[in-house]
Amino acid sequence: MRMPEPDAAAIANRERLAERLRAVLPPGGVIDDRDTLSAFDSDGLTAYRAMPLLVVLPESTEQVSAVLAICAELGIKAVPRGAGTGLSGGALPLADGVSLALTKLNRILDIDYENRCAVVQPGVTNLAISQAVSDAGFHYAPDPSSQIACSIGGNVAENSGGVHCLKYGVTTNNILGLEAALIDGSVVRLGGRHMDAEGYDLMGVLTGSEGLLAAITEVTVRLLPKPEAARALLIGFPTVEAGGDCVARVIAAGVVPGGMEMMDRAAIHAAEAFCGAGYPLDVESLLIVELDGPAVEVDELLDRVTAIARACGAVSLRASESEEERQRIWLGRKSAFPAVGRISPDYYCMDGTIPRGRLPEVLRRMTELSKRHGLAIANVFHAGDGNLHPLVLYDANKPGELETAEALGADILKLCVEVGGVLSGEHGIGVEKRDLMGAMFDEADLNQQQRLKCAFDPGGLLNPGKMFPQLHRCAELGRMHVHRGKVPFPDLPRF
Amino acid sequence: MARRFRPTDDTQVCEAVAWAAAEGVPIEVRGAGTRRGLGRPGNPGAVLALDGLAGIVDYEPAELALTARAGAPMAELAAALAAENQHLAFEPPDLGPLFGAPPGAGTVGGALACNLSGPRRFKAGAARDHFLGARAVNGRGERFKTGGRVVKNVSGYDLCKLLAGSYGTLAVLTEVTLKTLPAPEKVRTVMVCGPGEAEGLAALRGVARSPLEPSGLAYLPAAAAARSKVERVSGPGRAIAAARLEGPEASVLARCARLRGMLGAHGEVEELHRRNSLVLWREIGACALLADPPERALWRVSVPPARAAEVAAAAAPAGARYFDQAGGLIWIAAAADGDAGAAAIRGAVAGRGHATLLRAPAAVRARVPVFEPQPAPLAALSARVKKQFDPRGVLNPGRMVAEA
Repeated sequence: MRMPEPDAAAIANRERLAERLRAVLPPGGVIDDRDTLSAFDSDGLTAYRAMPLLVVLPESTEQVSAVLAICAELGIKAVPRGAGTGLSGGALPLADGVSLALTKLNRILDIDYENRCAVVQPGVTNLAISQAVSDAGFHYAPDPSSQIACSIGGNVAENSGGVHCLKYGVTTNNILGLEAALIDGSVVRLGGRHMDAEGYDLMGVLTGSEGLLAAITEVTVRLLPKPEAARALLIGFPTVEAGGDCVARVIAAGVVPGGMEMMDRAAIHAAEAFCGAGYPLDVESLLIVELDGPAVEVDELLDRVTAIARACGAVSLRASESEEERQRIWLGRKSAFPAVGRISPDYYCMDGTIPRGRLPEVLRRMTELSKRHGLAIANVFHAGDGNLHPLVLYDANKPGELETAEALGADILKLCVEVGGVLSGEHGIGVEKRDLMGAMFDEADLNQQQRLKCAFDPGGLLNPGKMFPQLHRCAELGRMHVHRGKVPFPDLPRF
Repeated sequence: MARRFRPTDDTQVCEAVAWAAAEGVPIEVRGAGTRRGLGRPGNPGAVLALDGLAGIVDYEPAELALTARAGAPMAELAAALAAENQHLAFEPPDLGPLFGAPPGAGTVGGALACNLSGPRRFKAGAARDHFLGARAVNGRGERFKTGGRVVKNVSGYDLCKLLAGSYGTLAVLTEVTLKTLPAPEKVRTVMVCGPGEAEGLAALRGVARSPLEPSGLAYLPAAAAARSKVERVSGPGRAIAAARLEGPEASVLARCARLRGMLGAHGEVEELHRRNSLVLWREIGACALLADPPERALWRVSVPPARAAEVAAAAAPAGARYFDQAGGLIWIAAAADGDAGAAAIRGAVAGRGHATLLRAPAAVRARVPVFEPQPAPLAALSARVKKQFDPRGVLNPGRMVAEA
């Protein structure tokens, strides 16, 4: 992975920088010994590692702001970091940069049921929010698979999704307010406990900005009443096409399930061997459809989906009759990744999104790509919203296999873009898909995105080397060529 | 006489903007012009009307996505969606009539540029939440695209969010992709007559906290209720608290029964069926219950719902008003003289929310900030964003804030 050339002066002056940072942080707030630093050398994408120059552990917004102001003053790069569970290398450290770990900002500041929201610090885990409000009958809807560990600040940075986002939306649809520290140390508050922005929707662009625009220091999340009932249907199909067809027909029938997940034969077998969830093994695709809401509605929609599944040629069909059965149906899907980890020494998880209707074609072509590269693929997808997670199976100890896995992964993502989809549905671009951005965006598109960054971070100090394949200086992007005197567009219709 | 352009493709949009940038001519960017009265008045040297960028480009109901050129009328989208039993869940309000335009004339680009949403907003999200992708032209006259046609997408910055609600000041939208959803099969409204403002709003917040999944929660004081075209709302001459339920029939009927029980404690309960529900919630979303007389100023005030009664009392003690979004949105009518109530209303909001002067004579909008003034660091950041998209300040300059 090619990263920007480290700044030798920053590395040489490490001790002076550490001293400046110690002055604004509590004891132990600056980590500079190699052993401890090595615990921060990657995020959830462990194929890429780098030692950070320093790690800082601020405990308040003021301290985050002070750290960034020092970085801006000295021209030092800063890499915001949440729980480090991200899957695209967004928090990959820089050899000449300070990793700004926000994990100590981990308090729930206020729970406000009257206004259906909670104010939390960025280091609070996703699941902790739902747990804190569960007794009162509420939850925070986005539920990424890593929810036990991932932080809400990281969720905002990556605009995380989860299995229920088809019905409830992703992070950006479920937050009301943000506080963020800019690289110059200034702090802005966006939104609050009310709806809609009073000016430009900067909260909207900070969400999913992967730590390139600001460091998130506080989040106000929307709380929703928990659905009264939830039931899951486990449906097996003799072909992948039949499963894909069923997904399309459920949507076309006007049903929006709480979750709609699909697994292919390889993933089904791995999951069943791993946890014995009772999955049928003689099917080519397995669909889990979860319906949630008022009990009457759940039962009615369950009947409708059952009828559609039968019409699509389902060969096995099981509906949960109890919460225990529902959990058991989900067990296999939720353990699909570790299950695949057991059948292969390593796996590489991809994250493209495609139009739902192209699913059978994409699966067929992925099989061809898999054969061409000589590596097997197991597929799990958030089928309801077309978000694919092909797992490329490889062995990092075999020379060249990681590179082959990366090449296969890149081909899969290019295929997603080719059929009208996108590079990343919920994991982010980071370093992982950075060099593929050109497959989806042309130079003008990418320049406009980088100009947004210039408004936030003109010196390019926040998380550089991520998201954009080529870094342009803001002065260069800001240049404007004005051609005066040219006769403007004689053929433009006027009225 | 300002120069007028009516491009029919995005190349012509690029040419028009590039010319304006080269000549330093501020241009008024508009769709059908139905919401021209919303925002600060400008002094454009040219008009760029986008209603020539017409038509739906692609609509695949099974993909829950619709792509249209920015000048396509919302009425055309609504008809295409209705034919497939789908809708735009953010319930775009038709505000044109507030400004004297005929109903249904607004464009999809205009609706997104204003990021206006209807009564379902607290449940289904705002316009920006359903805005999946765009093609646009920046203030340099350069084309760019952002987002895509799929609902789950984190590839690059989410510029759609920024463009939604930017009132054409950052870029000219030329093509947009929206998320579509199945339209509800059944609609019912349960309303209770007579509760006072604080009691009615508290009851609605109770419904919002329940698992009954309401999709509309409004409180109408007697004077506002009296202006409804729904006889059963206007007839009794009393205040009403109304809650809307949508979904499959059996579900709506079961929830209706429970909702009647919840609201019954506050007065006599009534139900509206589909036709009356559609009329009432359309009126609520489009500020129709305060619209007349057309000379009066209208405010749209967003606050935390639990503060609604307190803010309304301080903002407009004697003013006409009503509440949507369980109190999270207050519509206030005020006399259009002096500051049109700005000091009182913004003082009451006190930074915990925002107040927009939705309608007022141009002279008032020129001296009273139309959008809630921002703290200095945020205003400076917003100005830097504008500069990056439109360095010469030619796209609707001054529409949102006075520019240096």
